[in-house]
Amino acid sequence: MPDLLVADNLNRSFPLPRRTLFGGAARRHAVRDASFVLPEGGRLGIVGESGSGKSTLLRLLLALDRPDSGTVRFRDREVRAGKAHALHWLRREVQVVFQDPRGSLDPRMTVREIIAEPLECLAIKENHRARIAEVLAGVGLEPDAATRYPHQFSGGQRQRIAIARALAPRPSVLVGDEPFSALDASVRERIIELVADLASRLNLSLILVSHDIGVVHRLCDQLLVLRDGEIVEQGRSATVLRAPTHPYTRELLAAVPRLPDDIV
Amino acid sequence: MSLLEITDLTVLFGQKLVVDGVSFALGQGERLGMIGESGSGKSLTALAAIGLLPEEASVTGSVKLDGHELLGESDRALAKIRGERIAMVFQEPLTALNPLMRIGKQLAEPLRLHRGLSSKAARAMAIELANRVGLPDPDRIVRAYPHQLSGGQRQRVGIAIALACEPLVLIADEPTTALDVTVQAEILALLRDLVDQQGASLLFITHDLAVLASVVSRLVVLAEGKLVEETDIAALGHGEHDPHTSALVRAARAAAFPELGGTDA
Repeated sequence: MPDLLVADNLNRSFPLPRRTLFGGAARRHAVRDASFVLPEGGRLGIVGESGSGKSTLLRLLLALDRPDSGTVRFRDREVRAGKAHALHWLRREVQVVFQDPRGSLDPRMTVREIIAEPLECLAIKENHRARIAEVLAGVGLEPDAATRYPHQFSGGQRQRIAIARALAPRPSVLVGDEPFSALDASVRERIIELVADLASRLNLSLILVSHDIGVVHRLCDQLLVLRDGEIVEQGRSATVLRAPTHPYTRELLAAVPRLPDDIV
Repeated sequence: MSLLEITDLTVLFGQKLVVDGVSFALGQGERLGMIGESGSGKSLTALAAIGLLPEEASVTGSVKLDGHELLGESDRALAKIRGERIAMVFQEPLTALNPLMRIGKQLAEPLRLHRGLSSKAARAMAIELANRVGLPDPDRIVRAYPHQLSGGQRQRVGIAIALACEPLVLIADEPTTALDVTVQAEILALLRDLVDQQGASLLFITHDLAVLASVVSRLVVLAEGKLVEETDIAALGHGEHDPHTSALVRAARAAAFPELGGTDA
């Protein structure tokens, strides 16, 4: 498999508030020497707790922020934060679903306008109306959803709308930033199943950022565990789960609440 | 004899029925789980039990704490009972704590209100409470403000405040939903230990069955405002259950995690 995304030695730090007036400003290393490869069609889970650097890493991958050093390459082309139009090529390939659909869907836009936005912004030449109908059906929403507003839907349905919007430009990579964590248990299950189904039907690569290793291992064939800005462990999901090498990975796994044996 | 006895509790907002004839009882020293999806009425049931429903809600039925009817009590009487005999830990400690008040003062507030402690004695108690819930460096942390603490530390403060007066009943409403998984494990262990030490009864509310199973052995299931089933955790694996209960079990099973060292990973 050719490499789709290659992150090479990424570093990003932020200045901390000065302790004294003349003292040098200390820096916090949000991401330190991060390197990994996502092969074409690969499904990568990035797991870490609050403050582990997973959001910073994601911002670097999406060219929403610049690294202090290191590079991100997508299909062998360098990804650099810059003017919006200079990143259209990347946005056509990589689309994101965020944690809270209430915050990421404009309440004053109809679902049709919401899904049309990336098609228009990225100047995608295709019948927008037909494409919108197609992605709505793809995420299991009725055609008449197009004329309604986000607040008229439940949390799970709103996340379906966000997924439809992400899929509209036919990306090759779907990125999720905690896309399931705002959802109730049974709704979460249905959305996880939807993403798994879409990924295999559309042959999507996935990058899923989550604090929940339990969710990630079900969708991703590769795992990357972040702690304090450093990748402490990476490898095939099955291997990492069966034989974690880093104590922190073991700690994370041990902390996941489990059902008693008589229910499983 | 049950300590908290809720009978035919019904809550209406205008014409909208949000809690519909809920009845259950919590025994002395018992830990009971309450599970349901968003909108099932579980938080409103808890708020009704502690007399914190908004004014526009109309409530009927009965909530008895240690044989004493709470519904229809005056705000003044309820304020005396809350924090002293029944207390609550909320989901998001950042909004439950006062951002402008030092941690020490918030820790000691229930003791000053209910036990009339002097401010000096209250200060000493605040440090003692911080210590009891495992906050690091208690002498320093009592002088901090909520924003200076991590999420897990804030929830420890919330638990310390709730347990300060050693209430008979503690209600915890999704107390770990906003926390990281390793912090969640610590907070659940802390809750179990403290509730046991004090011999308090616990009503633990969540939508996550795996979390619930680590804290309680018996649960009630709420759906669309109704209590649809009361059962033991151990009974969930077999037998006939309400469809809502079965759906929760199915979701939890699908999310279940392979054992470490297992071969099915």
